[in-house]
Amino acid sequence: MKRRNFLKACLIGGTTIALGKTNKGWAAGSFEGYPEAMGVLVDTTRCIGCRSCEAACNKEQNLPEPDTSFNDNSVFQEDRRPTAKAYTVVNAYQKNQPGGPVYRKVQCNHCNEPACLTSCFVNAYTKTKEGAVIYNPDVCVGCRNCMIACPFNVPGYDYESVTNPVVKKCILCYDTRLKVGKPPACVEICPQEALTFGHRADLIKVAHERIRANPERYVDHVYGEKELGGTSWLYLAPTDFDKIGFDTTLGNDPIISNVKDFLGMVPMVLSIWPALFSGIHLLSKHDAEGHGHDTENTEEDR
Amino acid sequence: MKKMIQHGLAVVDSPYNESGAKRTIMDKLLLGLTPSQYLLQAFRNPLNWILAAIFAIGIPILLGRFVFGLAWATSGSNDYPWGLFLGFGLFAMVPLSSSGFQLGTACEIFGRHDLEPIERLALLNGLLGYFFAVVYLLADLGQPWRLPYPMVVSFGPAAVLFLVAWHVATYLSVQVAEVSTAFFEWIGFPAGKRGVRRITLGLTVSGIILSTLHQGALGALFTYAPGKVHPLWYSSSFQWLHFFVSSLPGGLCMVIGVSTIAAKTMTWRTDGRFQKNLDRITVSLAKGACMGIATYITIKLIGIAHDNKWSYLDSGWGQWFMLEIIMGFMVPLTLMTYGVHTRKMAIVRLGAFMTVFGVVLNRVNTAIITFNWKLPHREIPPWREVVISLAIFAIYIVVYRFILYRLPILYRWRLQEQEAPVTEAVHAPAARRESAPVPVASYSNMTELD
Repeated sequence: MKRRNFLKACLIGGTTIALGKTNKGWAAGSFEGYPEAMGVLVDTTRCIGCRSCEAACNKEQNLPEPDTSFNDNSVFQEDRRPTAKAYTVVNAYQKNQPGGPVYRKVQCNHCNEPACLTSCFVNAYTKTKEGAVIYNPDVCVGCRNCMIACPFNVPGYDYESVTNPVVKKCILCYDTRLKVGKPPACVEICPQEALTFGHRADLIKVAHERIRANPERYVDHVYGEKELGGTSWLYLAPTDFDKIGFDTTLGNDPIISNVKDFLGMVPMVLSIWPALFSGIHLLSKHDAEGHGHDTENTEEDR
Repeated sequence: MKKMIQHGLAVVDSPYNESGAKRTIMDKLLLGLTPSQYLLQAFRNPLNWILAAIFAIGIPILLGRFVFGLAWATSGSNDYPWGLFLGFGLFAMVPLSSSGFQLGTACEIFGRHDLEPIERLALLNGLLGYFFAVVYLLADLGQPWRLPYPMVVSFGPAAVLFLVAWHVATYLSVQVAEVSTAFFEWIGFPAGKRGVRRITLGLTVSGIILSTLHQGALGALFTYAPGKVHPLWYSSSFQWLHFFVSSLPGGLCMVIGVSTIAAKTMTWRTDGRFQKNLDRITVSLAKGACMGIATYITIKLIGIAHDNKWSYLDSGWGQWFMLEIIMGFMVPLTLMTYGVHTRKMAIVRLGAFMTVFGVVLNRVNTAIITFNWKLPHREIPPWREVVISLAIFAIYIVVYRFILYRLPILYRWRLQEQEAPVTEAVHAPAARRESAPVPVASYSNMTELD
């Protein structure tokens, strides 16, 4: 009878493992991005804060009318973030400094190993070979875990929608442009050539070349080259990155490396626990006849 | 109810009424009262008036959330995507529901039959906690009707949330099966009960596996946000352990809390076995909880030492952190240890309530209060979000009470003699009951039919 129970427990455990085999750890080594991945280099020393990239994005992605026009410079008074209605925003920093203001365009950085992608439980996100991080709104459940996970606070949620709210963010104009080899709308419209579109590998070289040619113009760092495993969008800046709104504390490991400890433990629990606890049950069964447990010296077990 | 019992009402605790006729479902549902008597006792209960007030405001707003959308009902913040519904509803309800698997393990795996009088309450507490965590989740999801997607439509197996979804869904069914024995007794379907009893060991073991993993997984969800969760509440290596270990005293203390409330407010529904054993069992649970808290405090400090985060303690966040760990864990640990040694039950129970508070505060801190600590603004949930959270919690209380009033959770279902041997032989051999003196005494005291 008890052996049958034990076998049953093993069977249930086995089924759980079979179900759980999909819970595999993301055990691959570090992924440094597709070789042909495209990217954009942002030279913040060239940006004049004209917000034409915001306007172009709005038009290209058929986003709703903004609250104020794209010529309205009062928006620079606050620190904005991308939302479901604006996939890219330009913020101003160091407004009262001698060299300022410095403008920084914010949008999805299209990470090589995106946190949003790895956190999504319906696998809505895809990192394409062109480097874009796109998503499938048809499966988005609306848990908003990707917004928790994104280290750059990029994805916006369509809270206003009642029947079909989904996560929305920059897709590097994948559907309409990138797929056919065209640069994103924001890059194309930039009057200052502050944005440069190209292969990510080439852009890194370009960035370092600019720093080498003009060392007094730039700090010697390309933001996004190594941060969080590297991003498709790369930034050059005239001053320390943390002074113009960048988070410089994120480190170079992709977000998923923080989660691997836990994911690696999962299959161990699934395979060891059934035998362990069924075994303990069998062992403790033995004295069931004569057990006169004294509550004083037995501990609550777990 | 108390008054009605004084006036000679017989409590429903067997399939037959005083005159020996079989009780109908309606009779059982109305607790053996006539409809008008039932309404009368409901109106007399002051808690019902408070609940009615909450529902009067809360239910329309809860419905409004599905009509007008999340932006209307919640803060709809991009920076704080998880508000009260998840920060409180999901992250706090789940650890308080770990009682089911712990008492299941103690009774069924480790053979601690002395804890059986409270096993069903612990199982029910687990089931309802999980169920309402899912209700909160449904209120929070943008498209709740897509909840089954990770199971059937599109799989994201590398995501921690995928694991949580699968495990909570599986564990909910396990818990339904575990609690169903009480339901089968009540409804009068012994075959179903016997069937479930046969797979109890399997259910219990899968309960342990699923609980270990998803209690930990809820913590691991935050390892996706190393830059957003405050370092004192974050640990890349130990986050899942912190969540898992703190859920253990959380669940045990929740059972102490609920049993305290039940023993006070529905004494009529408890039987002698429950009343006699409650203090003794509370001591056992408190001992377990103390070990859990001590372990938790230790690994929490190890977590801080591991990443050398001591300097954060000397900040406003650090003081808030110390308040949480002192008031929510260290003081209750001291109180419960003292209470257990001196058998001062009131102190033990106070400690248990404080632990529940500590676990809830820890989850709310991690998910909302200290989340995005680098951002300049903090999120204050708007009133509709608060009201909806309250309303769902009130529904939880009503359902909890509804079940406790009826199903044999706090009392034993008495069976007619011809049925007794069949069921008894399966789940409680007479020899064992004789060897455990206390339950037998109380059981035979109150059974008149036997």
